[in-house]
Amino acid sequence: MRSRRRGSGSTGIRRPARNERIRGRADGIGRGGQLLIEAGHFALALALGLSVIQMVVPFWGARTNDPVLMGVGAPAAIGVFALVLFSFGVLTYAYVTSDFSLMNVYANSHSQKPMIYKVTGVWGNHEGSMLLWILILALFGALVAIARNAVPPKLRANTIAVQGSVTIAFLLFMLLTSNPFERIDPAPFEGRDLNPILQDIGLAIHPPLLYIGYVGFSITFAFAMAALIEGKIDAVWARAVRPWTLGAWLFLTLGISMGSYWAYYELGWGGWWFWDPVENASLLPWILGTALIHSTVVMEKRDALKIWTILLAILTFSLSLMGTFLVRSGVLTSVHAFAVDPDRGVYILAILVFFIGGSLALFAWRAPLLRQGGIFAPVSREGALVVNNLFLATACATVLIGTLYPLALEAVTGAKISVGPPFFNATFVPLMVPLLLLLPFGQVMAWKRGDMNGVAQRLAGAILISVVLTVIIYGFTYGGPVAAPLGVGLGIFLIVGSFNEIVTRSFTSGSGFRDAMRKARGLPRSTWGTVTAHAGVGVMVIGIAATAWSTERIVTMRPGDVQHVGGAYSVRLDSVFPRTGPNFQEDVARMTVFRGDRAIGQEETSKRFFPARNMPTTQAGLHTVGFSQVYLSFGEPQPDGSLGLRLYYKPLILLIWIGTLFMGLGAGIAMSDRRFRVGAPVRAKRDESASGTAPAPAE
Amino acid sequence: MTRKQRRLTLIGVTGAVLAISLGLVLFAMRDTIVFFRAPSDIAAQGVDEGVRFRLGGLVEDGSIRRETGQIHYFRVTDGGASIEVRYQGLLPDLFREGQGVVTEGAVDGSGLFRADTVLARHDENYMPREVADALKAQGLWQHGDPAPGTQ
Repeated sequence: MRSRRRGSGSTGIRRPARNERIRGRADGIGRGGQLLIEAGHFALALALGLSVIQMVVPFWGARTNDPVLMGVGAPAAIGVFALVLFSFGVLTYAYVTSDFSLMNVYANSHSQKPMIYKVTGVWGNHEGSMLLWILILALFGALVAIARNAVPPKLRANTIAVQGSVTIAFLLFMLLTSNPFERIDPAPFEGRDLNPILQDIGLAIHPPLLYIGYVGFSITFAFAMAALIEGKIDAVWARAVRPWTLGAWLFLTLGISMGSYWAYYELGWGGWWFWDPVENASLLPWILGTALIHSTVVMEKRDALKIWTILLAILTFSLSLMGTFLVRSGVLTSVHAFAVDPDRGVYILAILVFFIGGSLALFAWRAPLLRQGGIFAPVSREGALVVNNLFLATACATVLIGTLYPLALEAVTGAKISVGPPFFNATFVPLMVPLLLLLPFGQVMAWKRGDMNGVAQRLAGAILISVVLTVIIYGFTYGGPVAAPLGVGLGIFLIVGSFNEIVTRSFTSGSGFRDAMRKARGLPRSTWGTVTAHAGVGVMVIGIAATAWSTERIVTMRPGDVQHVGGAYSVRLDSVFPRTGPNFQEDVARMTVFRGDRAIGQEETSKRFFPARNMPTTQAGLHTVGFSQVYLSFGEPQPDGSLGLRLYYKPLILLIWIGTLFMGLGAGIAMSDRRFRVGAPVRAKRDESASGTAPAPAE
Repeated sequence: MTRKQRRLTLIGVTGAVLAISLGLVLFAMRDTIVFFRAPSDIAAQGVDEGVRFRLGGLVEDGSIRRETGQIHYFRVTDGGASIEVRYQGLLPDLFREGQGVVTEGAVDGSGLFRADTVLARHDENYMPREVADALKAQGLWQHGDPAPGTQ
């Protein structure tokens, strides 16, 4: 094992005695730590070896029908997870103790950095975030291994094997091109600090959520591959996959939402979605994942759309991989692109080609063997879900075209172009509006054979309410943008239309309120999940539509000046003063927010300067009133001594993220439906199979 | 409905949605796409007045002028040529002399580039790829060197 040479003689230069004392002490703490770090490095190599076993042995067992070999998969997957977890813990330890003998810690940390950002800094860089990626991948492998829900042993063995193959590819990638345990000798005294824009609580939460979502789809992918290998797919498969899909989707939804909120307050532009390639990279698997959730419902209930569902599972994870590639390789120009090394892109591209190409080839070869499901009436719940899939897949394709077209054009003609928000607004939005308009209709449609008249009757109340409210809102905001009241009306229709299902299914004429409440409680959790998630979409749509009413003003102010922001709100600049933080200096503008003539609060906005990186950031001041926000952003001092500021009024903006929370909550409620409870005790499962063999709630 | 009719309905609806979205994409591609140009390209080929494009390069040293009303003038250079840019509004945090920058706008009658967007970057080490390519074309920067203006 290599030990760091920190003795005074080795460099040949006499250093001041004080420094030596500090170094000596650091060495004293360090020696045990050094061993630990090498152990963490070694654990990764061991995990690679074990994941080869995780892939090969259960796969062979499934082929030869050997239960012992198949049984090896589960402990191997758990072992891989334990090893990667250990190694992740070691890297975290190195960050917490500021061990700058690690290249990675030196490049992304600083001894003066607040503790929370030392920890979150572990995944605030390429190597660390890849380790987090692999940790989550191994976690899902282990979860499949320990989940006690009814998965046939062969399907489970093959799934674990496929998951193992993905783990191998990424462990190899990390050990060969981006090893977080790389050393520098001699170790520097101080680190280069984390990119200050990432020193934020949003970063603590955003990447892990996003990665759980991305990587969660590896499980559906592994299940799809296992089904193809076995040549068998049925409603049992759909039931086994659905909780994983819902879980992955839940986390991806929260991750994207968190990222959007983080960009909103951290970048100081007040925008919440930029159609930036990196954002699109996370949106693409989300859109297809949404389609996948809906198509598995059809498969579970009606045993149809099998091949399409398999294809969706493959494509969703392929898009997750592609997202990782786009973000990590630097092939796209993006405001999100952090310093990246293009050479790594080649490795990720190889992984991408292997998994996408390999899985699609397997799909082309094996899919025709799967028994086709029936074709069904266009006007029915199945038909509505097909329309949902059609629109979502098409929308996904347009976003993909917009994201990759600049790359393709440059490769072919050499011309450099950028495809910005106008493109996506002109293609994505027109596809989403009809989908959302049709959503409440699909939700009340009967399986097998629906009829339009019945559906219209059931939705009459919801349609009436939303039209009346739209007209009222339009009247109140007359002269403003027309799209806003229409969008809000659509959101209301979605919310009312969703709950309409609960109401019509529990309130029947002649029965009392109590009775209805009991009935509503008795509805399956998956119904409640659907209603909550769809209402969440409505809430989000209202928030998005309301952005048309937001105002932006760029002003210059001196202390004492009052400026109107928008709506009833105005602000006064009270004072501008310098302040020193733990690893930055900042200029702070303290402002008072007024509603009409009444002061309702004080906010600060500042420009921070981080000397370690020679880099400034802007901290916005947000004053929340209900769901609306007054957004204040520090600009630059003007030549005449006044201060430039950006002032925004963002009515109902918080509904965007609140809506996504409801979407996530809905997915969580649906996951807890007893049909596919993950890890439920065995006894409960037997109960369920006794009472619940009746075809899953026929809705 | 017979099986055949059902299948036809499915194919018909799918075809319609795909056709509409293809139309939307083609329509949007015509209007919303912006080309990237470096100052040397403009010096060599010229550019039509009023056509929007992205201009990228380095902010020339000593070229930034501020006027009241948050109006900024600066020159963008790729080493071969430079062009004067006017921008009204707040500049991003990482806007500095010698740094890479991408601006979007159009050239007016006097040859001044009127930008309405100056793109922000997250990382001081990051060089917009187009800018890096433009600099390489002028022999100013080689891959692997530290990006200009980062130290």
